[in-house]
Amino acid sequence: MTPVAHSGSDVEQRIWEVLRCVSDPEIPIISVVDLGIVRGVSIDAQGHVQVMLTPTYSGCPATEVIRDSVSQALCVAGFTDVEVVDVLAPAWTSDWLSSEGRSKLLEYGIAPPAERVSSPRTLLRGNPVIHCPLCKSSDTGKVSEFGSTPCKALYRCNSCLEPFDYFKCH
Amino acid sequence: MNRHVSALALSDDSSSPLFHYVLRLADINLILGQRLGETIGHAPALEEELGFANIALDLMGQARLLLTYAGEIEGKGRDEDDLAFLRDQGSYLNVVLAEQPNGDFAHTIVRQVLIDAWQRATYEQLASCSDKRLADIAAKALKETEYHLRYSSNWLVRLGDGTTESHERAQRALDTLWMYTGELFESDDLDRQMASAGVAPDLARIRERWDSDVNSVLQAATLARPADVVFSWHGKRGDHSEHLGRILVEMQYMQRTYPGAKW
Repeated sequence: MTPVAHSGSDVEQRIWEVLRCVSDPEIPIISVVDLGIVRGVSIDAQGHVQVMLTPTYSGCPATEVIRDSVSQALCVAGFTDVEVVDVLAPAWTSDWLSSEGRSKLLEYGIAPPAERVSSPRTLLRGNPVIHCPLCKSSDTGKVSEFGSTPCKALYRCNSCLEPFDYFKCH
Repeated sequence: MNRHVSALALSDDSSSPLFHYVLRLADINLILGQRLGETIGHAPALEEELGFANIALDLMGQARLLLTYAGEIEGKGRDEDDLAFLRDQGSYLNVVLAEQPNGDFAHTIVRQVLIDAWQRATYEQLASCSDKRLADIAAKALKETEYHLRYSSNWLVRLGDGTTESHERAQRALDTLWMYTGELFESDDLDRQMASAGVAPDLARIRERWDSDVNSVLQAATLARPADVVFSWHGKRGDHSEHLGRILVEMQYMQRTYPGAKW
């Protein structure tokens, strides 16, 4: 493995390219870049790379796996001096999901967040209409606030009767 | 005996007030998360088990962030695992409400509503406090807590405004757990010290927000708000009920049997 020579923003672009291939372990169709988890990337004159990640949920069990995947992917690409840094603020929001990420989610069968986070919230508010990713019907119902991962809720389509995950607006 | 040990735990400890304050926030997450973990395999429906598991996961995540910060403040080389698994009972600073047993589903839900509402009000204030790290953690935790409160309060409404049996169980749970809520708003020296440092929120303000949220849920749930009780147990000063010891035995067993073991 030859360490990669450093030369400014070309190198940073290369790093971003590598990160675009690092997928979320639970939702392999989208990358950590699509998710908006990668806050920034820098490389100094000595070739020391810093990748700033913002965790999605405080208890997300994928956080450590993602951190390792990022280091590994960069190592394979020739960046041997990598530091992954957790940046807590500003807090991650589903608004940072790229539009590419949202369509990939839909393709995969997961309904993307239906609202922007800035929508007003009240304590016992009603739910937005979520369309079935399979048959596109708006006749869907929430089965549970919490699904297979902390970021998803469980829905069921009353039209085609299939269950599906909804990526929560957070 | 318990009182004597706990008084030593704090007064003998030369650690900074901020260390203790952060532990109070961390421990309520750690202990409540552990209690919710106990529901796995026993919840009435799979979706609710998933619900409790996911809430516990969020709480554990928040506990990790807070315990890691506490260890850094203390500066004695203790990390999140050392603090979670190797402290003795008198050194845990969670309010005693968090360590109360799960009981039936209504009991678990009522305890959750009471704590979720307190955490929501608290994190809301902490998100703009003078300690940047704490503010960042709180801003993140606030978003998750809103989901917890939505989940637990929706369930309390269904139970209270449900069948005769679900209403009775919900009211019984409320009547039993209410006396532990006083501790959530009792200001002590540490609270006052942290408040004047611009870190801790004014507990009277937390109380107002909590009252408003809890009252609206209880009203929608057709449940009667119990009378406030003067109650002098102080988990936040290391004075715990008989329950914490049993929780810790289970939680700490592996680390104490195989010290330093890692996955």
